[in-house]
Amino acid sequence: MIDKRCRTLADMLAQCPDLHDGAVLLAGGFGDAGVPVLLLEAIAELGLKDLTVVSNNAGAGERGLARLLRSGSVSRIICSFPRSAGSVVFEERYDAGLLALEVVPQGTLAERLRAGGAGIPAFYTPTAYGTELAAGKEVREFDGRHYVMERAIRGDVALVHAATGDRWGNLTYAMTARNFNPVMATAARSTLAEVRHFVDVVPPELVVTPGIFVHSMLEVGA
Amino acid sequence: MSKPLSPDDIAARVAEDLPDGAYVNLGIGMPMRVAEFLPPDRECVLHSENGLLGMGPAPAPGAESPDLINAGKQPVTVLAGGAFFHHADSFAMIRGGHIDVSILGAYQVAANGDLANWALPGAKAPAVGGAMDLVAGAKQVWVMLAQQVGKDGAPRIVERCSLPLTGPACVDRIYTDLAVLEVTPDGLLVTDLLEGLSEAELQATVGAPLRFAPACRRLRASAA
Repeated sequence: MIDKRCRTLADMLAQCPDLHDGAVLLAGGFGDAGVPVLLLEAIAELGLKDLTVVSNNAGAGERGLARLLRSGSVSRIICSFPRSAGSVVFEERYDAGLLALEVVPQGTLAERLRAGGAGIPAFYTPTAYGTELAAGKEVREFDGRHYVMERAIRGDVALVHAATGDRWGNLTYAMTARNFNPVMATAARSTLAEVRHFVDVVPPELVVTPGIFVHSMLEVGA
Repeated sequence: MSKPLSPDDIAARVAEDLPDGAYVNLGIGMPMRVAEFLPPDRECVLHSENGLLGMGPAPAPGAESPDLINAGKQPVTVLAGGAFFHHADSFAMIRGGHIDVSILGAYQVAANGDLANWALPGAKAPAVGGAMDLVAGAKQVWVMLAQQVGKDGAPRIVERCSLPLTGPACVDRIYTDLAVLEVTPDGLLVTDLLEGLSEAELQATVGAPLRFAPACRRLRASAA
């Protein structure tokens, strides 16, 4: 019988084969909406090294991704908007030279993840053509317009925050807390979901992330 | 010269030009004000790139939800007919040419439509957000400048941008405290000019040659 529900956070992390030094973590969320806060904070306690984190923002205050950055486990971060209100831990570590940063336009970040999840190694986009974010990248002309080649992103582990989930791993999301979560869920070897409420069955027409993309889940409450 | 337009006056002027039924993305900051001036006889659907169509005004105090925010991370509401979607779909709307108008702020705009609005010299960690996607993908890109001339007296409308570009040749219109300008293949065309400001006086505030529409409209600041 398939049952992706875990009893404890410790079980969930211990059973994940892809959390290791040098791993690439995909972290859902936009601002404070839909951030897998408990998972990020639990991974901060594991003493891992040289992690790469892919996330739209770089955390705020001392919670969630900020706590993971504070732990010193992360050496590289890929973001569209790392500098925002309260991103003090990110700024401290970046300014001290302890954190490498790759800035990616937000739509290119989403599409690189979508491509990664869909088995597409690279694609062409007009975004960033003629700017310093396209420096060194292949450019091609299609139908009279210039496009920049961007590579897909795949992660070892995706961390997502969902509203409801059933034992098969089908997920729904709350309003704009959806954001990057469904895209990241498709693009990693292991996808760990913190879910506010387990339900018996997510109605099939309402499933946003089909369970095929989800490996384990933990109920975290509202 | 009369008093220059306030940011609200500029927002109201922009709102006049939005067609009924348009899907519109409003940038963080001053462009957000355009939402407050949408004419009641027109229905525009506001897109927020974090996964929302049909964005409504700020909720009443106490009714905010941390799950319902806009691209500026402020609490918002959703109107009837709205929809939620994930980031790849949201940027398919932007990059696939489905957004009719993207309205953005700027540090500099050039006469050929080049836009610089994401990086300043000496800034510590860069951050770009969705600006490069919006200018590459929206059908129309309109720029709002609260002050056409910077605090240092340097024009923000220039022959060539000196700041890092957000996108080349992407801006269609510029709305400022002194004028409305269109970017055309023959350079900048002024369609609206502040009351009491001469063509020569406007030209002195712009770093590129201007042409003036024959029936140039006159702009007046609101009394407030």
